Amino acid sequence: MDFYDTPEDAQFRAEVRAWLTKHVEPRPSNQSPEEKVARAKRLLAAKAAAGYAAISWPKALGGLGGTEIQSLIFLQEESRFDVETLHGSDFFSVGLQLCAGTFLKWATAEQIKRFIPPLLRGDEVWCQLFSEPSGGSDLAAVRTRAVRDGDDWLITGQKVWTTGGHFSDFGLALTRTDPSMPKHQGLTMFAVDMRAAGVEVRPIRQMSGESEFNQVFLDGVRVPDSCRIGAVNGGWKVALTTLGQERSTAATLAFVDPQELLKISRDAKVNGRPAISDGRIRERIAECWLNTFGMRLMNYRSQTALGRGAVPGPEESIAKLIIAQQGQRSAVIAMDMLGVHGILTAQELGERWKSIERAWFWAPAFRIAGGTDEILRTILAERVLRLPADIRIDRDVPFNGSAIPRSKSN
Amino acid sequence: MNFDFSSEQEQFRDQIRRFLEKSDGLSEGRSLLNDKTRDFSAPIWQGLAALGVQAAAIPEAHAGLGLGMLELCVAAQEIGRVLAPVPFLSSVCVCAEAIRLFGSAGQKEKWLPGLADGSIIGTWGFAEDDRGGEARATRSMAGTIIGTKGPVLDGRIAKIMIVVSEDASGALVLMLCDLDQTAVVRQPIKTLDPTRPAASIRFNAAIAEALPNGDGDAWRKILDRAAVLLAFEQLGAAETALASACEYAHDRIAFGRKIGSFQAVKHKLADMYSKIELARCHCYYGAWAISTDAQEAPLAAAGARCSATDAFEFAAQENIQIHGGIGVTWESNCHQFYRRARLTGLILGSRYEWQDRLVTQLEKQLQGSVV
Repeated sequence: MDFYDTPEDAQFRAEVRAWLTKHVEPRPSNQSPEEKVARAKRLLAAKAAAGYAAISWPKALGGLGGTEIQSLIFLQEESRFDVETLHGSDFFSVGLQLCAGTFLKWATAEQIKRFIPPLLRGDEVWCQLFSEPSGGSDLAAVRTRAVRDGDDWLITGQKVWTTGGHFSDFGLALTRTDPSMPKHQGLTMFAVDMRAAGVEVRPIRQMSGESEFNQVFLDGVRVPDSCRIGAVNGGWKVALTTLGQERSTAATLAFVDPQELLKISRDAKVNGRPAISDGRIRERIAECWLNTFGMRLMNYRSQTALGRGAVPGPEESIAKLIIAQQGQRSAVIAMDMLGVHGILTAQELGERWKSIERAWFWAPAFRIAGGTDEILRTILAERVLRLPADIRIDRDVPFNGSAIPRSKSN
Repeated sequence: MNFDFSSEQEQFRDQIRRFLEKSDGLSEGRSLLNDKTRDFSAPIWQGLAALGVQAAAIPEAHAGLGLGMLELCVAAQEIGRVLAPVPFLSSVCVCAEAIRLFGSAGQKEKWLPGLADGSIIGTWGFAEDDRGGEARATRSMAGTIIGTKGPVLDGRIAKIMIVVSEDASGALVLMLCDLDQTAVVRQPIKTLDPTRPAASIRFNAAIAEALPNGDGDAWRKILDRAAVLLAFEQLGAAETALASACEYAHDRIAFGRKIGSFQAVKHKLADMYSKIELARCHCYYGAWAISTDAQEAPLAAAGARCSATDAFEFAAQENIQIHGGIGVTWESNCHQFYRRARLTGLILGSRYEWQDRLVTQLEKQLQGSVV
């Protein structure tokens, strides 16, 4: 048992670190959202040129021909640098991980040739058009319709929670092509040009006031059949591949560093005494460290599994479950330590408070995005603990049948 | 990066697991519950000795196998998995380790071989038995000790004991005492887990000798190492409690469906699983820290102890809940986990102590005195 890299991995780590030191540009002050995207694109182009955009892929596809463990090492090293991220993940992870991984399994040779190279270079950015207003957790309930029109398809419907939709060039869209079939069976996947006529992207303003998600309205968007990914009415399997690509980076994401909580507790006073001397606060700091550092350890376990050529287990689901809830708790603990001053914003309390405020606003979103706490528990229970599946009354009946209760929205 | 046990260690685990499954540790514990005259399972203890469990960390020069902490960690987890009623923590993890690390050459020669083959059982005493209103620390003077320790785990069956005492200046000193002498009086005391019995032990100027390097720092180190090993026991036990709850959730039918298909049940089991996996990570980190004598060991030990205590306590409580009415009966084995969770959660100090210690270590880190 040790935490050391093999000599080869250590050498790769050193190379990567030197490369990142050279290629990560310093972040300009007062960066506009457009500059943020441009800076991220420049780094991705450099990564693609060096093979770092898809480390574990064969060189023929623009990868490095490296190992999964090298991918993880790159991710670990990259997280030490001030690179652009989206929701704590790699800026382009939707395209690089989710979409590209899906293409490798389901796309035709022509589609791979058309989509992969510009995706790797950052020339074309991808988003995911899966969730809809009427269903997020219940993904197979999508209502967006795709109707055949000669050699094309016409897509109409509404998608939501589209990360990066406002600067994306393409979207991977799950649509319903046959509503008379049971819900998992009548779905088809398409690559949709986000600049095509009939596509409208509207930002969603989140409770923090920021806008990082979007609504996407599709109104008779014409998509050639050559942009269909996988079989007609075979979209659910394609979607499962996309979801299975999700190597959540939750383990490298920490909302509030326990040391930050500790620093606050040394300065703050509770009942006239330093907060750090209060046993209740010490208990909460201990829990924060156990969960936060524990997830880093879980990442080491994934790395060990990869190094042995094994597939990492469901650790990543646990990581998101634990990190998001702890982030929310930690923010509240920090605020409670300030007493009445805890109601103030980071603008009043200073730079140091930004991570606390961010955790407080973002943790609730993170507990929902990419599988809610509840969905993740169900996944752990059914896939890992092998408990019997939930009873699903809408499973084997026509999607457009009248017996199924529906959400009112949409 | 190799954050896991080696294949040799996994083989050692498999041997222990096969033996413990065959010897049915849970039923042995059950028979101890029903027959109060027995203090431990001699057959299991001897079987473990035949596999080299007690000898694992003891040097070959003293009839041990000369392996290390990682082998003890896998053994602890397997022992915990079946709640084996054996003095592993007392004899192997505390007493033998104390002598191995801080004893004199003579003490090692005299006691380690017997501890290694299991023929001698050792234990330790830290807590003072203050039930009589007397809370004075056990004192050592001129090669003797005076005081009363209790509860002492395995105090009735132990031959030797590490007695945490104060010398004339009030400094902590670890005294090694042969309990077979007339100046030592043992009295059984009842614990919540009768499969791990304890005693109160009075020392009327009993003869004892100091471990030459056995000071306060030594004691902390022993405690940290024992905490990690016990955390593995807790981890193994929690895993069995979870497996038992899952099995029941699969079998039991209510409202026309398996209760495991209800989300209220499912999510509770997922929470048990998450706590166990978190504890596993911290246990592994603790194993790494104590096996390499890392400076992070105090923090890692506290992390292992806090998370494993939490995981086992939760699993034991909710295992009963999932079982419903049957879970609170004497016949069900749920209470064996419930009892053991409390015993293991408290025997090295409660979570309050360890959480506090954990934060103290974080404060040291912040001051830069540790990495």
